[in-house]
Amino acid sequence: MQASNTLWRFRGVTPTAMLAFVYLYLPIVVLVVLSFNANRIATLWTGFSFDWYLKVMDNDNILRATKNSLIIACGATVLATSFATMAALAMAGKRFRGQAFINAMLGLPLLVPEIVTAVASLLFFLALGLDLGLLTVLIAHTVFCIPFAYLPIRARLEGLDPRLAEAAADLYAGPFATFRRVTLPLILPGVLSGAMLAFIVSLDDFVITFFVAGAGATTLPVYIFGLIRMGITPEVNAVSALMLLVSIAFVALSYWMGQRKS
Amino acid sequence: MTLDPYRRTRRRLLLAPTTLTLLLFMVLPMLLMGWMSLLAPDTYGGVRWKEWSLDAYVQFLYERDLDDSLTLNSDYLQIFGRSFLLAGFATVVTLLIGFPTALYIALKEEKTRQRLILLISIPFWTNLLVRTYAWMLLLRNGGLIDSSLSALGLSQGTLDVLYTPTAVAIGFVYSFLPFMVLPIYTSLEKMDWRLVEAAFDLGANRWLALRRVILPLAMPGIVAGCLLVFIPAIGSYFIPELLGGGKSLMIGNLIQNQFGTARNWPFGAALSFMLLALVLLVMWIYTRRFQRPPGE
Repeated sequence: MQASNTLWRFRGVTPTAMLAFVYLYLPIVVLVVLSFNANRIATLWTGFSFDWYLKVMDNDNILRATKNSLIIACGATVLATSFATMAALAMAGKRFRGQAFINAMLGLPLLVPEIVTAVASLLFFLALGLDLGLLTVLIAHTVFCIPFAYLPIRARLEGLDPRLAEAAADLYAGPFATFRRVTLPLILPGVLSGAMLAFIVSLDDFVITFFVAGAGATTLPVYIFGLIRMGITPEVNAVSALMLLVSIAFVALSYWMGQRKS
Repeated sequence: MTLDPYRRTRRRLLLAPTTLTLLLFMVLPMLLMGWMSLLAPDTYGGVRWKEWSLDAYVQFLYERDLDDSLTLNSDYLQIFGRSFLLAGFATVVTLLIGFPTALYIALKEEKTRQRLILLISIPFWTNLLVRTYAWMLLLRNGGLIDSSLSALGLSQGTLDVLYTPTAVAIGFVYSFLPFMVLPIYTSLEKMDWRLVEAAFDLGANRWLALRRVILPLAMPGIVAGCLLVFIPAIGSYFIPELLGGGKSLMIGNLIQNQFGTARNWPFGAALSFMLLALVLLVMWIYTRRFQRPPGE
């Protein structure tokens, strides 16, 4: 609309925006291209090859780390999304005392630097005498996934007409039936996008996992970090590119789902 | 709604899992961390539970000599200072790139805007560790940037930028750019553009309209963006670890070190606690200054 008027063209805006997009995508493109590089020297292009991907698929450590990542991401998503849905339902009702405190607590995992959360969780688990492993990682992930799952559900509930639930109650639906038959179907898109965010955030997390994982529960990002520290190799390129593509597919899927709804 | 006598009980039950999880596994660990920062370290990691000590905080500023006297030691302060500088620099540069980008997107048609915002958000949701690694490929000697510069005859010798503070700054700007663009875009999108039209009608040129109308209205987004960049940047661990060398150690690396080779848990806890205090202070100032309740 405004763009048709020349007065709206601010000098330097278009080149800066172009630069920003190039800056954001250049590393991703380079990484994906180099992952198909036949050469052993990871940054020298000599020819196209799938070899490194085959090597990755054949690497037991990578497969084990992927399995751990998926177990934890699924577990944390289910826990965080159900907790967050319940909390969002309670928070959407009438105002009550302590609501501001709960809101602040929900913001905490988003606000506090990851390294602080990581240190605090590590010390806490060690003080409790818990062995570092899948359980500690699952707990830590559930904590920071809750706000990511909560926000879209809360936003969806905000736009909900409260008279729908009242109508259900008038028609003798109990609270549970009202939730299952009226509220849940209406907030389902919010619940789904909350679950997706939780899943992707859990799958991507490195810092907190690095601190609380211990030896037995290495996830894919923690394993990749170890590989990177040992050196730049074509295998790292391939596994990193795979990780990127999975995330991008996920975001695109959730965008597409959002488009279809509206 | 008085028809429902179980309302309060139900609300408590609904809130219980989230509240308990966050209290037990987020709030309590932070308090424990504060407590442990006031204890004496055990020799091989861990703490002596019954031995109170302020050593962790003293150690931050002073060094204990052989004769037990304290001399001022600025090593750790320098690391904090460097973290501030790098995070501050990243915030300024992301703002300089992010604001025009957000403005560019906000001035497009509805459909294009949605696509461009998706393009900005995709990197935001992809693994940061892997994207940082991609910068190692780009920046290292013999990497894409180095070899293109030599091929064009623009540089003699090697680039030598990986493992320097410059590389860390590049990584920060790259990683946190979406955190700047998205909130600024949100505030620009909500803006009533007729105000800008009115400014033009009243004879303002573009620069004046930008400075006097658009910038003030975008201020909430700008401030939120600056916080969203500064806070993760100052606490960042693996970006300086991978892109910076020994000379760009930041708070995050120092903290990690206390649980790795240095084995000084109380000092690590004290450093984390100071970082936490710093972030909460910044947030407190922000809410006081920018989120006043209406009518105040």
